[in-house]
Amino acid sequence: MRAYDRDDLLFQLFEVAQLEDQIAGTDLDREAVMGILDTADQIATDHFLPHGKLLDENDPEFVDGRAVIPDEAIAAVREQVEAGFIGSGFAPESGGMGLPETVHQAAAFIFSASNISLAGYGLLTVGAGRLIQSFGTEDQKKRYLEPMAEGRFFGTMCLSEPQAGSSLSDITTRAEPMEDGRYAISGRKMWISGGEQEISENIVHMVLAKIPGGPPGVKGISLFIVPKRNADGTPNDVTLAGLNHKMGYRGTTNCALNFGEKGACVGELLGEPHKGLSYMFQMMNEARIGVGMGATALGQAGYQASLAYARERPQGRSPAGKDPVSPQLPIIEHADIRRLLLAQKAAVEAALALSIYCTSLVDRERKGDEAAGPLLEILTPVTKSWPSEFCLEANKHAIQILGGAGYTRDYPVERYYRDNRLNHIHEGTHGIQGMDLLGRKVVMGGGAAFKGLMSTIRADIAAAADSEFAQPLSDALDRMEPVTLHLAGELMKDPTRGLANATLYLDCMGHVVMAWMWLRLTEAAKRVASRDGDTAFLRGKHQAARYFYARELVRTEGWAKTLSANDQTAFDMAADWF
Amino acid sequence: MKVLVPVKRVIDYNVKVRVKADGSGVDLANVKMSMNPFDEIAVEEAIRLKEAGKAEEVVAVSIGVKQAQETLRTALAMGADRAILVVAADDVHQDIEPLAVAKILKAVIDEEQPGLVLAGKQAIDNDMNATGQMLSALLGWSQATFASKLDIEGDHAVVTREVDGGLQTIKVTMPTIVTVDLRLNEPRYASLPNIMKAKKKPLDEKTAADYGVDVTPRLEVVKTEEPAAREAGIKVGSVDELVEKLKEAGAV
Repeated sequence: MRAYDRDDLLFQLFEVAQLEDQIAGTDLDREAVMGILDTADQIATDHFLPHGKLLDENDPEFVDGRAVIPDEAIAAVREQVEAGFIGSGFAPESGGMGLPETVHQAAAFIFSASNISLAGYGLLTVGAGRLIQSFGTEDQKKRYLEPMAEGRFFGTMCLSEPQAGSSLSDITTRAEPMEDGRYAISGRKMWISGGEQEISENIVHMVLAKIPGGPPGVKGISLFIVPKRNADGTPNDVTLAGLNHKMGYRGTTNCALNFGEKGACVGELLGEPHKGLSYMFQMMNEARIGVGMGATALGQAGYQASLAYARERPQGRSPAGKDPVSPQLPIIEHADIRRLLLAQKAAVEAALALSIYCTSLVDRERKGDEAAGPLLEILTPVTKSWPSEFCLEANKHAIQILGGAGYTRDYPVERYYRDNRLNHIHEGTHGIQGMDLLGRKVVMGGGAAFKGLMSTIRADIAAAADSEFAQPLSDALDRMEPVTLHLAGELMKDPTRGLANATLYLDCMGHVVMAWMWLRLTEAAKRVASRDGDTAFLRGKHQAARYFYARELVRTEGWAKTLSANDQTAFDMAADWF
Repeated sequence: MKVLVPVKRVIDYNVKVRVKADGSGVDLANVKMSMNPFDEIAVEEAIRLKEAGKAEEVVAVSIGVKQAQETLRTALAMGADRAILVVAADDVHQDIEPLAVAKILKAVIDEEQPGLVLAGKQAIDNDMNATGQMLSALLGWSQATFASKLDIEGDHAVVTREVDGGLQTIKVTMPTIVTVDLRLNEPRYASLPNIMKAKKKPLDEKTAADYGVDVTPRLEVVKTEEPAAREAGIKVGSVDELVEKLKEAGAV
């Protein structure tokens, strides 16, 4: 059994996102996209899905300064690499295939649903490599990017340090200029996913560090390429100090790395000095879309597992006829189990719709569509956070459906929950995303991106005037606009109090955006039904949308009240009152 | 030497098969279809022969509905050089019977003149296990079925066959038809760059009528049924009781 719903993925790509229009005029066509997704499906089915439990139960081991992971993990990632799924993320001039981001990420979704901790290595490598693609010299591209596109070198992003996680202005890793123009790197980095592994020949670390004498804070941060091994194969004085033993994602090594313990670690500056953080944010923004896609994939995996269980597990009888000699019903016949299933479906399918919508915006932006950039900027915190919060909630429901069995390691649903718990935290925590949305994205350019988002949603509503969801969505926007205006005013008066409810604002905005996604999904379902006839699959879309509007969108009414009041109860709770 | 590989588009092995409500067959509408897994092994073996310098060209042939061109693209993406699609049905539910397939293949082979035909031993949809054998009879060529090992030695092929009692090695004269079994090789995945290259490889489209073959079914499907659902088990209190129950069921 697959860990994702292939029919839904294809419906979302070809009918909702209308991928064929997006790829018209390129080398790609529907058949080639299907071929790519089929290869992803085969490798995921043969090599990713079977090892989830093995990798979860066999954490990476620290042995003589090495990070040892099971051989099965190495073989699986090699299959993925050799089929071209890392190269697919790079431009042709960098030795890649230049696949549209939508197709590249759709394949990533398949790998992530099947085994998220193995999917991590490729995603990290593409993120790191794209930094070199955007900001590297031709020579750096040749020496680092091409081997990454070939899958021989993997990449990491080294931002956090033991004392500086979310607060990057406080990093202390140093980069001392050397006579030959390169830099001597020294410092400690923490939480480095893929920081050490033996899948690839070499590891290209993208390291944030400060050049002495530069400006204080984030303006003094530069970005360096620091390989694990030098060109001649000798070690570059990057030491694995230890491995973190995590709640989930256990197939991905997570490392503490020491740079320059022996004073012999050499790095190359990427781009210009002191611009490191702005460069890194390019990768970070793409990574955030990827985090949302991963959280969605885990939500989908839990939904599929609990749905299969609910169809087969006989337990109890209908409350209307408790005849003890009648056969037991499969639990999918019980109202509360259907609620738990529908709550998952309503979350994970809308989350996939937003993830794909955002990857389409990446593609539109690459093609020079000027409207795409601001929309993507304002949606990035939402597409990172909403799936991390509400597909985790979906994983909770999946465990509930399996009951005691779901709480054991005999079934994968508790693992999906543990895996998904990370997505709330990494690549900018939930709280940081709220501040990014309200404090930065909503107010930037005089609210231009916010207004653009509202008018984009209103255009879809206008095109779906006969939809049962048009009016309630329009009402939700009518609530969201004054709330946003009010909070923007509060922010001007007092940034601290103005941002005190940023997380709630993020959730509220997320729910409105997901209601919009359900409008798009149901409109696509109508198009397909009138073309090919109605099916149970399509009816399920309308029912899930109704659930979302009836049970979830209504919550924004209460949230809007709290936000309008800019309630300060939490912030006013002084530290010594706890 | 040219190697010809027939490939069939079948329901994906991962799909949960559902019988149509009227019992006329299994539901194939909106269901994922793939290359018959045994045919994938045949394609892989043909490509390996080419890579080993023992074959010059690999031609994949599919007979069925127009959508079988997707299956041929997969064969091309794996490494076949060109493909021939013979459209013989409009409805995805129409299965072309082995004899008709063998007749069309014979006509294609008369044109193409391959030195070797590598075919799957059977298709996983109807499990007929007949096309290779019928083709051998129609052509008057030698055949080696259920191959788990293949070596080409000049004008002979040495083939290890998986038979009931174990393994049997035979030597057949070329040209020959080899039908392949599960353990012959592990087929490669179609890599992304090769999927893109496959779009530019030639794919000729013909019809059954072009070869003058009548594909009207000779067999009648009387009924198709789901396998009986597994019945609920019982719990036994002791080993003795277990043995007793097994004896009752005639299992020991």
